[in-house]
Amino acid sequence: MNFRAVAAIYKFEMARTWRTLLQSIVSPVVSTSLYFVVFGAAIGSRISEVQGVSYGTFIVPGLVMLSVLTQSIANASFGIYFPKFIGTIYEILSAPISHVEIVLGYVGAAATKSIILGLIILATAGLFVPLHIQHPVWMLSFLVLTAVTFSLFGFIIGIWADGFEKLQMIPMLVVTPLTFLGGSFYSVNMLPPAWHSIALLNPVVYLISGFRWSFYEIADVRVEISVAMTLAFLAICMTIIWWIFKTGYRLKR
Amino acid sequence: MAPVISVSGLSKTYASGFTSLNNIDLSIERGEIFALLGPNGAGKTTLISIICGIVNASSGKVAVGGHDIDGDYRAARAMIGLVPQELHTDSFESVWATVSFSRGLFGKPKNPALIEKILKDLSLWDKKDAKIITLSGGMKRRVMIAKALSHEPQVLFLDEPTAGVDVELRKGMWDVVRELKAAGVTIILTTHYIEEAEEMADRVGVINKGEIVLVEHKAQLMQKLGRKRLSLHLQQRIDAVPEALAPYQLALSDDGWKLAYDYDTKGERTGITSLLGDLRTAGIRFVDLETKQSSLEDIFVSLVRQ
Repeated sequence: MNFRAVAAIYKFEMARTWRTLLQSIVSPVVSTSLYFVVFGAAIGSRISEVQGVSYGTFIVPGLVMLSVLTQSIANASFGIYFPKFIGTIYEILSAPISHVEIVLGYVGAAATKSIILGLIILATAGLFVPLHIQHPVWMLSFLVLTAVTFSLFGFIIGIWADGFEKLQMIPMLVVTPLTFLGGSFYSVNMLPPAWHSIALLNPVVYLISGFRWSFYEIADVRVEISVAMTLAFLAICMTIIWWIFKTGYRLKR
Repeated sequence: MAPVISVSGLSKTYASGFTSLNNIDLSIERGEIFALLGPNGAGKTTLISIICGIVNASSGKVAVGGHDIDGDYRAARAMIGLVPQELHTDSFESVWATVSFSRGLFGKPKNPALIEKILKDLSLWDKKDAKIITLSGGMKRRVMIAKALSHEPQVLFLDEPTAGVDVELRKGMWDVVRELKAAGVTIILTTHYIEEAEEMADRVGVINKGEIVLVEHKAQLMQKLGRKRLSLHLQQRIDAVPEALAPYQLALSDDGWKLAYDYDTKGERTGITSLLGDLRTAGIRFVDLETKQSSLEDIFVSLVRQ
């Protein structure tokens, strides 16, 4: 294992975060605060409690997940896409490092960023609503697992994309709708039966549900199913990445 | 001694159907400077990219230091430093950070003293904290060389290293190359400046349309294909070459003041003695004469045109 190479990539990527602090950390925190103001305070005050917790409190896990999902994808896809775009990928490809090490460096850094971001947003949320976390260990596990999984997913998008438009396409057209419809702002149990069944096809529902359970012990689906679905998605991403490196898809001509 | 790089039966056909390399066999000896010459699109960069692991070969084998580039890629790649032709740099990194990054990427422990030496040798030391985006093209080129040297490669690929580098810095760069060679590093370079290959290389390979046309020691190549030209500056201008001198196939300059005679240096007889005798007989006198060896460039052009 070439740990020095992993560390070099990881540090390089983290340095990029600090350079782009506004974009990486400040802007997601600001937008989340806006959600709290709009949905939590303004609209939330007119909504009765959801499954025993106030609406403002209810949306906290969903909002954290929303940011973690989108930022994991954004960070990881940009992290690997940019060297491809400017050509510095030559050095990564010609270095004595394995695929696993490349992924560890890039995805590790992207996941680290989203976890830090998730925790910052959680702390921000604490300023608006009282927070109580029933299962902190589970909460952290879900956070880490989701960050890693969606950073892997972002890595795949970054390799697949051959233009900035494609880089934005999946997050904008697929991930954001799935997250909004996945119960960030409501419980899928509030939906009419037909829509409820359709909602259960949305993988993000399981992530948010599990994450919310670790806070309030309320969930749309059983927590075991949430864990299983997250792990399944992780496995799918890892398989695709294994295939990418095996075939050199979009990396090597 | 076993070659440091051995390429056998290497072919590359891109997805577009374009065959860039066609059954290449090539051995690079340890410690030599090998110049790879060829016109644009001949396959130079593809060949280098396959050896370095950036492009997948369609068929064939490559070993670096005895390590197969696929089966034992870690050992093979650890030996190689690559300076690609295009200027690919991270705009917002500092020179120091990007060079240190390369060393880490190749799994080497930190060595600030070495990086300091490399940057000083390449006249980059005063720019070590500068962001790369602020550097000139020639400086970026040297940053890329510094990155390749940062992990102490045993084999260095320089793909068009002096493109966009001014004359003085180019000399400095070649000093670095000579120093590396003295330290036992094998250097493979491609260049468009044939005089550089002529000056630097031990051996020259010519690649054209994806095939190795020729590999030869530079001196032998020059000798083998080298022709010389004897130029005579006449005392009085003449209008035409006299009939008696026809067998020599002399070329008369347009102004009528200069005669040129091409001859083969490896021929048993160059014909110079009899030519001079016949000139005297024909009453043609000259004030000066010079001979010129054909350059590698002439050889190259004649090979590629074939």
